[in-house]
Amino acid sequence: MRTEKSTHLLRDYGGKLLDPLFAIVFALIIGAVIIGLLGYNVLEAYAALFSGAFGSIRSISQTLLAATPLMFTAMSFALAYRCGLFNLGAEGQFYLGAIMGAWVGFAIPGLPHGLHLLVVILAGAAGGMLVGLIPALLKITRGVHEVIICIMMNYISENITNYLVSTKGPLLQGSTLPATPKVLESAKMLELIPGTRLTGGFIVAIVFAIAMYVFLWKTRTGYKIRAVGYNRYAAETGGIRTVRYTVLAMLLAGALAGIGGAVEIVGVHGRFYANFSPGYGFEGVAVSMLGGNHPFGIILSAVLFGALKTGAMAMQIQAGTNAELVKILQALVIFFLAGKWSIMKIIERRHARSNEKIREGGQA
Amino acid sequence: MDSILSIFSAGTFAATFRMATPLVFGGIGSMYSERSGILNLGIEGTMLMGAFSAAMISLLTGNPWLGVLGAMVTGGFIGLLHAFMCIKFKAAQTVIGVGINLMAMGIPSLILQAYWGSPGSTPPVPPIKNISIPLIADIPILGEIIGNQNPLTYIGLVIAFVSHYFLFKTPMGLRIRAVGEHPRAADTVGVNVFALQYFSVILCGVLAGIGGAYLSLCQVSMFVKGMTAGRGFMAMAAMIFGKWKPLGVLGAALLFGFSDALQMSIQSAGWPIPTDILLSTPYILTIIVLAGFVGKAVGPKQVGKPYIKQ
Repeated sequence: MRTEKSTHLLRDYGGKLLDPLFAIVFALIIGAVIIGLLGYNVLEAYAALFSGAFGSIRSISQTLLAATPLMFTAMSFALAYRCGLFNLGAEGQFYLGAIMGAWVGFAIPGLPHGLHLLVVILAGAAGGMLVGLIPALLKITRGVHEVIICIMMNYISENITNYLVSTKGPLLQGSTLPATPKVLESAKMLELIPGTRLTGGFIVAIVFAIAMYVFLWKTRTGYKIRAVGYNRYAAETGGIRTVRYTVLAMLLAGALAGIGGAVEIVGVHGRFYANFSPGYGFEGVAVSMLGGNHPFGIILSAVLFGALKTGAMAMQIQAGTNAELVKILQALVIFFLAGKWSIMKIIERRHARSNEKIREGGQA
Repeated sequence: MDSILSIFSAGTFAATFRMATPLVFGGIGSMYSERSGILNLGIEGTMLMGAFSAAMISLLTGNPWLGVLGAMVTGGFIGLLHAFMCIKFKAAQTVIGVGINLMAMGIPSLILQAYWGSPGSTPPVPPIKNISIPLIADIPILGEIIGNQNPLTYIGLVIAFVSHYFLFKTPMGLRIRAVGEHPRAADTVGVNVFALQYFSVILCGVLAGIGGAYLSLCQVSMFVKGMTAGRGFMAMAAMIFGKWKPLGVLGAALLFGFSDALQMSIQSAGWPIPTDILLSTPYILTIIVLAGFVGKAVGPKQVGKPYIKQ
């Protein structure tokens, strides 16, 4: 019979690693069933998926490129979640951060490269924080649940950015498309792998993931945020000013999503286009959950989803299946994890049953 | 001065009802779900899937009313899925809603590409045309506004009034409300909490499905990718603005519909008001209401909390 300690270790780490693994396998299996039912050749499709994601340097760079915005929105969700908040406003925060980043990217000439990038990131953070401020304030002053406010803010933010680059908007400045002018060279991210579109944005995301880990688990402020997330009332009783840390968590979450938007603009697009996000904010929820709402898990999870998206495009070209299949896979991952269909529970139940039998056998 | 009055024409008011219809269905559906204590963010996705299945079935059978039926079944199934995950597995209701929305974003394109090779939209499908109510349509101004609308619009109005009666004047409506406010008390008195929650969420899905069908069969006659464009969330906003009461939801839906119609009139009248700001009005109004600046906006107490039987 196993000892107590090894059982706990197995449960903790096994659960954290096995559950996401089973979630993605489950999603892939159901996905295979769906496209099989639609008449596609499953083997051909999935082969294209995997080779499209990892088959060449170019694929890998596309994968990492696709993973970058997901990392930011997922970290945004995760940070708020660790404080007991549901930040469903990452989409709006992303947009406002993106347009702020684009604005300082094209409007401020003459800065050295490194400084300009820093300013872009700060602008992105500010934009995201602005959007996140409203749900935060309403929650602490009037006790309003943040979920609906966040969703409303998504649409308001999108409309604001659309207005800013519309024909009547101030940021259009002569472009023919609904977009800002291109950002200056000094604001652009450097290429990471020559010949590909992968830029330093991915590195920035990793840096923030490490920073988030250190902040949440190795600082006092981070500890307090997590304490509020575990049990608001216990934290309050223990002397933590929950109001302060709730607002902080929401602002930081907004900042992360906003930085993601700014990075996506200067790293990939070079200018802000209206409606350029295909739903990164909501996808971030799935990515975060698969990553156990932990920055390091999020890195892996985002790379996985980036791979799925890249591979899905190859799958579309080769097997004809629509790339939106990835959204269905994301949904399945969410269902599996949110339903807590934990493999560990099944193993535990079997373990408990076998222990009982041994005990009963001993008495008989 | 002429142009100010022109935007408040009978045409604008008629358009109000047209714009409001999906919000009425979605809003009242949402209301049923939340009245029983289950938060349903998946309304947006359910509406989209309703629009899609209505268009598909209308196209395949040639009968748009079968399309509406299909939308109801689809919506009901999605409601069942949501209820199952939230009630049986006590999953976080917010997250399941997000999952449903993601799923609904993906399924139409996948199926469209498989059958038509083009993932953006269906071909034109048989629509449900507007009808004219004989006597009412002849009344001078009122007739123009309300006498010539789509059957689904009229059905929506009827459902709003019927829901008011059902929720507040029948025993079952009382039980649903009790489950949303104080499930343990209801359980103690012998009310089947879970059964009522399943019923409410499935009903929510059915109504949202019809709301979606309106979009693809009545407003235009085809399905276009992403055609709900946030209307599901706006319907939730109407529910909140309407203080979770059917007639309030109807009023809120009409208000939002009016804002939409107004925005179009202003655009065609050539006024320099940025439309994007006007488009944000429903969302800003909802935030204001939720913040409690227009009276209390307190939903059913148990919304979002899974009931644990003991």
